[in-house]
Amino acid sequence: MSALSNSNWDRRSVMRAAMGLAAAGGLAACGGNTGRSNASGSGVNLTQYFHAYGEAGTEQAIKKYAKAYDKANVTTQWITSADFESKLFATLLTDNAPDLFEFHPQIQMIRSGQVADLTDIVEPVKDDFNPADIQSHTVDGKIYGVRMIDDPQFFFYRKSMFEKAGVEVPTTLDELMEAAAKLTTSKVKGLYLGNDLHNVIHPMIWSAGADTLNEKNEIAYHTDGVIEGIKKMRKLFTSGDLLLGAPTESWDPSSLNQGLCAIQFCGMWAMPGIQDALGDDWGVFPFPKTIDSGKQSVYNGGWSMFVNAKSENVEAAKEYVKWLWIDQKEYQEDWATSYGFHIPPRTSLAESATKLKSGNAAEGVRLFNEFGHFDNIGWTQAMITSLEDVFANSVRKDMDPEAALDKADAAVNRELKKLFG
Amino acid sequence: MSTTKTRDLARPAPAKASPAKPRRGLRGSPTFNFWLFTGPFLIGLTIFVYAPILWSLWLSFFEARFTVTPDKFVGFENYTYMLTNDDFVGSLVTFTVFAAFIVPTTWALSLGLALLVNRLRFMRAFFRSVFFLPTACSYVAASLIWKMSIFSGVRFGLMNTVLGWFGIENIAWLADPNPPWYWLVIVTARLWLQAGFYMILFIAALQNIPDELYEAASIDGAKPGWQTFWYITLPQLRATSTAVILLLLVAAYQAFDEFFNLLSKTTWGRPPLVELYYKALGESQDYGAGSAGAVILTVLICAVTLLQGKIMGFGRGEESK
Repeated sequence: MSALSNSNWDRRSVMRAAMGLAAAGGLAACGGNTGRSNASGSGVNLTQYFHAYGEAGTEQAIKKYAKAYDKANVTTQWITSADFESKLFATLLTDNAPDLFEFHPQIQMIRSGQVADLTDIVEPVKDDFNPADIQSHTVDGKIYGVRMIDDPQFFFYRKSMFEKAGVEVPTTLDELMEAAAKLTTSKVKGLYLGNDLHNVIHPMIWSAGADTLNEKNEIAYHTDGVIEGIKKMRKLFTSGDLLLGAPTESWDPSSLNQGLCAIQFCGMWAMPGIQDALGDDWGVFPFPKTIDSGKQSVYNGGWSMFVNAKSENVEAAKEYVKWLWIDQKEYQEDWATSYGFHIPPRTSLAESATKLKSGNAAEGVRLFNEFGHFDNIGWTQAMITSLEDVFANSVRKDMDPEAALDKADAAVNRELKKLFG
Repeated sequence: MSTTKTRDLARPAPAKASPAKPRRGLRGSPTFNFWLFTGPFLIGLTIFVYAPILWSLWLSFFEARFTVTPDKFVGFENYTYMLTNDDFVGSLVTFTVFAAFIVPTTWALSLGLALLVNRLRFMRAFFRSVFFLPTACSYVAASLIWKMSIFSGVRFGLMNTVLGWFGIENIAWLADPNPPWYWLVIVTARLWLQAGFYMILFIAALQNIPDELYEAASIDGAKPGWQTFWYITLPQLRATSTAVILLLLVAAYQAFDEFFNLLSKTTWGRPPLVELYYKALGESQDYGAGSAGAVILTVLICAVTLLQGKIMGFGRGEESK
């Protein structure tokens, strides 16, 4: 009797605990913020998604602009950068999808009818936009997004450390590797490319004289130059001169500011923060030539506003985009230069933005114009992920670059076939 | 449906005048009570578990890209894609290695903790709470602490500071897969998070082993310590052990949070769920292929669980003991 009841107790208690746990988990998953504001202002309610910009004041600024708009009640969701893509893509399938959101131009969103055609609001001011920013948002003659900011990405370095180590600004990948070795001390690592190195994938390809896709939307990254580049990156990764496992990712200039590294790959947005931390002890340079026949390169990233084509308020959302990102030049300039530094895609604004006229900021603009590569709308998230896998496999692990690229080719071709037939 | 403690059951029930006819209307009906107690749970289970599983099953036969209401039927193409995908199959291997290690380790650690705490003469409640507390911590929060503070790759990370005292070079615990230090990070995080919960289960079971058994054993000449543990304690814990191993195995299959947060954007150390997320469900939005993978995984979990039940006798009648 006693033994029997004992085992009863055991099993029940175990299962009860397990079910309790399961139920608690289920409850925790419920609830949460759907992003819809209950405050019923006059007119329409719009929800917009932004990834969390790192600079102080950015969230307040976006909310300030939204508040100034009187034709709709615009709610902003500020989403951690690491989760932004997944959260955006997942919610776009549901009724809780944002009415408008920022993202990069990617053709799959157009092919699947997720983003609305914005040609009619961009067309009248088309000539005032950087032509490359129009081109990267155009599919079959229609313009699908409004560029808010252009963000060139390049290397930032500590001048004093370069002087002390007797290092010149590198123009080839080999020189960069040498510099990293000379700059590495017991306290400071020579170079920081981010913990996963993924931000330098595209510049490395361009600097090898290759590209992601060619004009016919075929694979253009699988070249001998790129393979050589991957091998060099592997050598760099294992050299001990790279900062790895840093607490902040490379979009955040903290590693450079705190003296953890002498060179960091980052973006133009970080300039005000670096200026505050390091004074004038810093400079910028583009991604060096991967191979001797290549050319230095800069990735001209950035963010654009898109309207969810399946939203109930497409017209209202378009009107808001037009009001803020086309008509309100004062806010556009504030957004581009008051927090982090970004290059305004509007030529008229770029010309008048005084903060970008001097010092390193001016140099950043020069690199943007001289070495910049813009987004290719046919190069989608799944393809980006495939090349990230190449880097993970062949740079952080020691898989043969040729084999890793073959694997990426299969994945990219599967995508290309679905998108372009 | 007795809710009294089982200890009471062991005692002879006090003589009670039983009512002549237990007619108490609806509330007396066993059928009504059955639905009353199981209903809410079943509804939740249907909405949040079974419906999504069925939907996945449906999706897995369609080309569902950027949509969950597809119309292009593709038959078993998604299954072929997932099963011929080296990465997905590789992740099943990753899982097996991970489970083979983490399940026995957590089992042993939580049993060890339970034995220690159970023998305490004072401050037992304190230690029980201390060891149980990590269960309340989210995997994501723990991962971030492990990643950014304890196993940070820079010179001021906790582990690197300690190693620095002995003159050992900084180690990039998570960034560099060679040597695979990342397993150390993952295993310690998971042990810290899980051991306390299973310890409580073991303590409950330990307290239910009747003292008479130990007395009888000691009269028969069993030495306290290893002999008693091996011949009395462990066999008495069999039901709990089986349940714990089952729960651990399911938890290992479902591993996601700490892998996702600690090893972001790697191609190694991906359990099946993380692989599915990267391959199909996350940014690529290939819900057809993703669902096919999920269905394969579900079938595997069911098979392994049933097999394990068969081997360890979970859910069999009392006479099996």
